[in-house]
Amino acid sequence: MLESFKNFLNSVSSPVTIFTSAVLVFALFVTFPRQATSKPAGLAVLLLVLVFFGIGLTDEHFRTIVSTPDNVPIVGLIFLFGYFTWYAMRKAVINDRRIEKGEPTVEQAETNEKVLVFPYLIFIEFVVALAYAVMLVLWSIFLKAPLEEPANPTVSPNPSKAPWYFLGLQEMLVYFDPWIAGVLLPTFIILGLCAIPYLDRDPAGSGYYSFKGRKPVIIVYLFGFWILWILLILTGTFLRGPNWNFFGPFEVWDVHKVVPLVNVNLSELIFIKWLGVGLPKLWFLREAPGILTVLAYLVIPPAILAKTVFKNVFKKLGAVRYSILVMLLLVMVALPIKMYLRWAFNLKYLVAIPEFFFNI
Amino acid sequence: MKMNIGKFITESQLYKSMFRHGYSTSERDRALSVMTNVFFHLHPVKVRKSGARFGFTWCAGGLSFFVFLTLVVSGILLMFYYRPTVEYAYNDIMALREHVPFGIMRELHRWGAHAMIITVWLHMFRVFMTGSYKPPREFNWVIGVILLVLTMLLSFTGYLLPWDQLAMWAITVGSNMARATPFLGHEGPGAALLSLGGIQLVHAGSDVRFALLGGRFVGAAALLRFYILHCVAIPTAVVVLMSVHFWRIRKDGGISGPL
Ligand code: HEM
Repeated sequence: MLESFKNFLNSVSSPVTIFTSAVLVFALFVTFPRQATSKPAGLAVLLLVLVFFGIGLTDEHFRTIVSTPDNVPIVGLIFLFGYFTWYAMRKAVINDRRIEKGEPTVEQAETNEKVLVFPYLIFIEFVVALAYAVMLVLWSIFLKAPLEEPANPTVSPNPSKAPWYFLGLQEMLVYFDPWIAGVLLPTFIILGLCAIPYLDRDPAGSGYYSFKGRKPVIIVYLFGFWILWILLILTGTFLRGPNWNFFGPFEVWDVHKVVPLVNVNLSELIFIKWLGVGLPKLWFLREAPGILTVLAYLVIPPAILAKTVFKNVFKKLGAVRYSILVMLLLVMVALPIKMYLRWAFNLKYLVAIPEFFFNI
Repeated sequence: MKMNIGKFITESQLYKSMFRHGYSTSERDRALSVMTNVFFHLHPVKVRKSGARFGFTWCAGGLSFFVFLTLVVSGILLMFYYRPTVEYAYNDIMALREHVPFGIMRELHRWGAHAMIITVWLHMFRVFMTGSYKPPREFNWVIGVILLVLTMLLSFTGYLLPWDQLAMWAITVGSNMARATPFLGHEGPGAALLSLGGIQLVHAGSDVRFALLGGRFVGAAALLRFYILHCVAIPTAVVVLMSVHFWRIRKDGGISGPL
């Protein structure tokens, strides 16, 4: 019974099913925030996750992966961020409801009331810091820091993994070359984060939890954080085994698992498969379709959006801010787009110019 | 005779020399205890009730700072035992484990580092969800983002120091990405264009990865570089930026609240 359940989970697990179901759950969460942040819904999800972990821990492989010392923080992170996402959204929903009724938000009701830092705030800080310190000490007593064999440059472990907080980036390497996954995307993440306050300047919604008035902004941020960052970290940590092959949660990491390499480039699809003429010799002819596609992706949607869905955004932000915003969004969705292209068409590169290490 | 110990202490010359104010519960005294204490003085005397609530900030920023302080303390203790050379590094860590009874300093430092990353993410998450990055706090958000990056780099540079397989290969995988930096990495797009009279300017011995590791692979030079980055360079930058961060919170009008 349990075995067949685990086998079933293993067989349906794949990057595409996991990613897609996470996106669906995310969509449900932001579409029905009121229901999703109710206590029964919260408890139900918590219970579900606990049951999953409970079942998982009976499995030797799952237990090994999850209790690897450096992976333990990620398990904690799931619960912590799960809870606080729920909690923040819950406060937002409550405030939204109050605003609808014309009442002040929870924060507004107290904002003009001042309290003395000593003892009021110092007390809170002291207690919280104490609890945090106790947590750290207990964690340190019960979980030993790992120390493996001495460093040996001639023996590379398989899989070799970066520290867990960079595993989202390492997971992106499946879909993009290092210059994009390891350099370009991190740069865009940092710049994009820095740009948030200069793109979202609406002073409403500052200093209190709210969702309705800031829906698009919050959805983009939560999607980036949960789906494109945390989910990829989880995949990279728990589900990627030797040779970075994908393994189900209860599937033993077999070094000899063979996964056929069937990925093809866009140029091969077009010139060989569809036109049947063979690849052109010159790289710029060969890659012309891909280069045009990428350029079109970066130019056409901004223009169309500015005239339609983003009309008001364009008016409010002006041309420069608008272009930056759209560029950041396009780069962000480029990741899931490339992922789905891979899953649907085994597409390797849209543009492949190995002559210059320039592959997209 | 009943002696009032509390009174005896608070009225002694010793106590009065340390704390410049009395210990009565008058509003004035409570204000003074913040103003005359260099540590509490990071705070204003009074704050908005909404901003002081745990439910609003989750204390995540404060805890990021707190865990940073614990990392400084445990890190200094570790530095007494650790030598950043290929000959000693691994054995020093091993000795720490074998010879110090009930020692948890290394654990505190390692788990504290993980906890700090998570706490900083949580803090950023809270600041985002309350819209606290909006004017006038834009720039403090930017400083925060830099602190976030530095926090992760601190952890990353520290990861190499035990000099075991886990460390070496995690850093190898991580730093391999730098090879592909456009123009600056020898396997990055555009690097091949940078040549002078047929001589390649960017190659495996001159690109950013080489600068980071001090060599073509993770070896003795990388260990020393990461050690200095980890123990001196990045912490210094973090302390400076944190000072600005905290100062800006005050100048931007304290913890954000609705208008
Ligand atoms: C080492 C990391 C950091 C430390 C020690 C730190 C510390 C703090 C502290 C103590 C506060 C006071 C309020 C609170 O506790 O929530 C605060 C507020 C703030 N932090 Fe940070 N922070 C760090 C990183 C960040 C990051 C990564 C961001 C955002 C990207 C950020 C943006 C802000 C902003 C905008 C405020 C003002 C919030 C408000 O007024 O409500 N900080 N920070």
